[in-house]
Amino acid sequence: MIMAFNILKRHLVVFRRTLWSNMVFNAIEPFLYLSAMGFGLGAFVPQMEGMTYIQFMAPGMVASASMWAATFECTYASFIRLHFEKIFHAMLAGPATVADVVAGEVLIGIVKNIVFGIVILVVIGLMGQVQSAWSLLIPLFLVVPGTVFSLMALSYTGIITHIDYLNYYITLITTPMYLLAGVFFPISAMPEWLQIVAWFNPLYHSVEVCRALVVGQVSILLWQHVVSLVFFSIVLAPVPVYFMKKRLIS
Amino acid sequence: MGYIIQAEKLAKSYGDFQALKGISFKINKGECFGFLGHNGAGKSTTMRMIYGLSTVTEGWLEVLGERITPLTPSHLKKIFGIVPQEDNLDPDLTVIENLQVYGGYFNIASKEAMARGQELLEFMGIADKINVNVEKLSGGAKRRLVIARALINKPEIIILDEPTTGLDPQARRLVWQKLRKLKEEGVTMLLTTHYMEEAAQLCDRLAIMNDGLILAEGTPEELINKYVLPFVIEVRASVDMLPPNINEKIGAMGGRAEYMVDSLFIFTENGRAMWDNIDKTGLDQHTCYLRPANLEDVFLKLTGKREES
Repeated sequence: MIMAFNILKRHLVVFRRTLWSNMVFNAIEPFLYLSAMGFGLGAFVPQMEGMTYIQFMAPGMVASASMWAATFECTYASFIRLHFEKIFHAMLAGPATVADVVAGEVLIGIVKNIVFGIVILVVIGLMGQVQSAWSLLIPLFLVVPGTVFSLMALSYTGIITHIDYLNYYITLITTPMYLLAGVFFPISAMPEWLQIVAWFNPLYHSVEVCRALVVGQVSILLWQHVVSLVFFSIVLAPVPVYFMKKRLIS
Repeated sequence: MGYIIQAEKLAKSYGDFQALKGISFKINKGECFGFLGHNGAGKSTTMRMIYGLSTVTEGWLEVLGERITPLTPSHLKKIFGIVPQEDNLDPDLTVIENLQVYGGYFNIASKEAMARGQELLEFMGIADKINVNVEKLSGGAKRRLVIARALINKPEIIILDEPTTGLDPQARRLVWQKLRKLKEEGVTMLLTTHYMEEAAQLCDRLAIMNDGLILAEGTPEELINKYVLPFVIEVRASVDMLPPNINEKIGAMGGRAEYMVDSLFIFTENGRAMWDNIDKTGLDQHTCYLRPANLEDVFLKLTGKREES
């Protein structure tokens, strides 16, 4: 585990170099969504679950921006490190194991997911959409969904052989997760079978917790979401190690 | 014990392809041991098994007396310094960051790695490049940085997989010079190469590999003494243009005719005498070239192929 943090240090050296340009860029998109849909669509939707539309949507932007950050890190960035830069091979020639390399990737996925979650939290705060001090728990909470999204993305990255296939993951996995997570409308509006499917969507759980924390509607029931996410993490943990081993060890 | 690395009947298959067909070797502390062979001879496969990128599935391999089952564990990988065939430097980092970060993988504190890194850059003659992005380095400088990186953890054994492939002659000599210096300091080295000259310059002992097998093993002198005679006359004429009965004539003069890669090589104990009388075989001296026998002759004789470089 110490090794994974040594690897994380490497990723942080690189991340620090592009932190500001990255943060600004990552803040723009959710800001655009919030402005366009929050104010635009919000004008036609007087209320959603007892909130203004922009209030409903804003916490979902925090959760989803985090998901995108972890996903991009553990798809494109990891793929490049694996196949083009070959730096995993260099790590493995040192004392690192494949599990260490995977853990290092997941850790940087989690770090980016927290950093960009905070950025969006600040943005919605500045837009007046943060109602409760419970929001301060969000960065800590994001460790849990960040782990799930990183593990999912890294598993897929370990399976594919060409960078173009990553587009399928974005289009067929991440985008549907984004649209069916209760970010833009409550999942109770969907047909019942889709509501069941949504339970297997980690972003749904993340959105529910973020929204509760942002508006201060905290209850013991939120633990069901945290437990679900922890469960997903445990189930997924061996998967990227298995596929990365196939890629790296002959 | 006493051997740093030892292998017995080590073999490796990838699907139907048998990359390694059972090789045995022993590497002593402090020596430079070389695997000489063509691309695809099984050299890199052997290296990858030693440093933990390939599993040991057939035969056995021991590092410091510890059996590898099936992958070299972290605590053994710590004693190695690896120079892989491909320069896998970290392109997102500068020269010194590459050394610091890599030192970090060995739990070397950042400050210490920095100091040691600077020392190594000095040693490898690239100290002026300390803050340059690695992408901007020349091929030779990259290679020297990879070697510096391999030394960051003060390894007991350095494994170099084709350390100078793709370098220009000047850069190659510079790398050799550094490696010789390391050897003088008593570092154990294990290297693969398909350059005969490199093997002759650096290795105390060699294993000549072909097609997944070790064909011969020994010091360069032993190999030359064992497989060829001390002098050779290369005949630069096509085989079907040679005078009749030439083999017998050479034999009568105490020489040995060998046909390798469609050329005639005359091996002999006494190069001068054979050279002075070469016209008696019906050959024109102008098409002949006398030189001491070298590793390449051994290699050609054993593999029947000419070095591809």
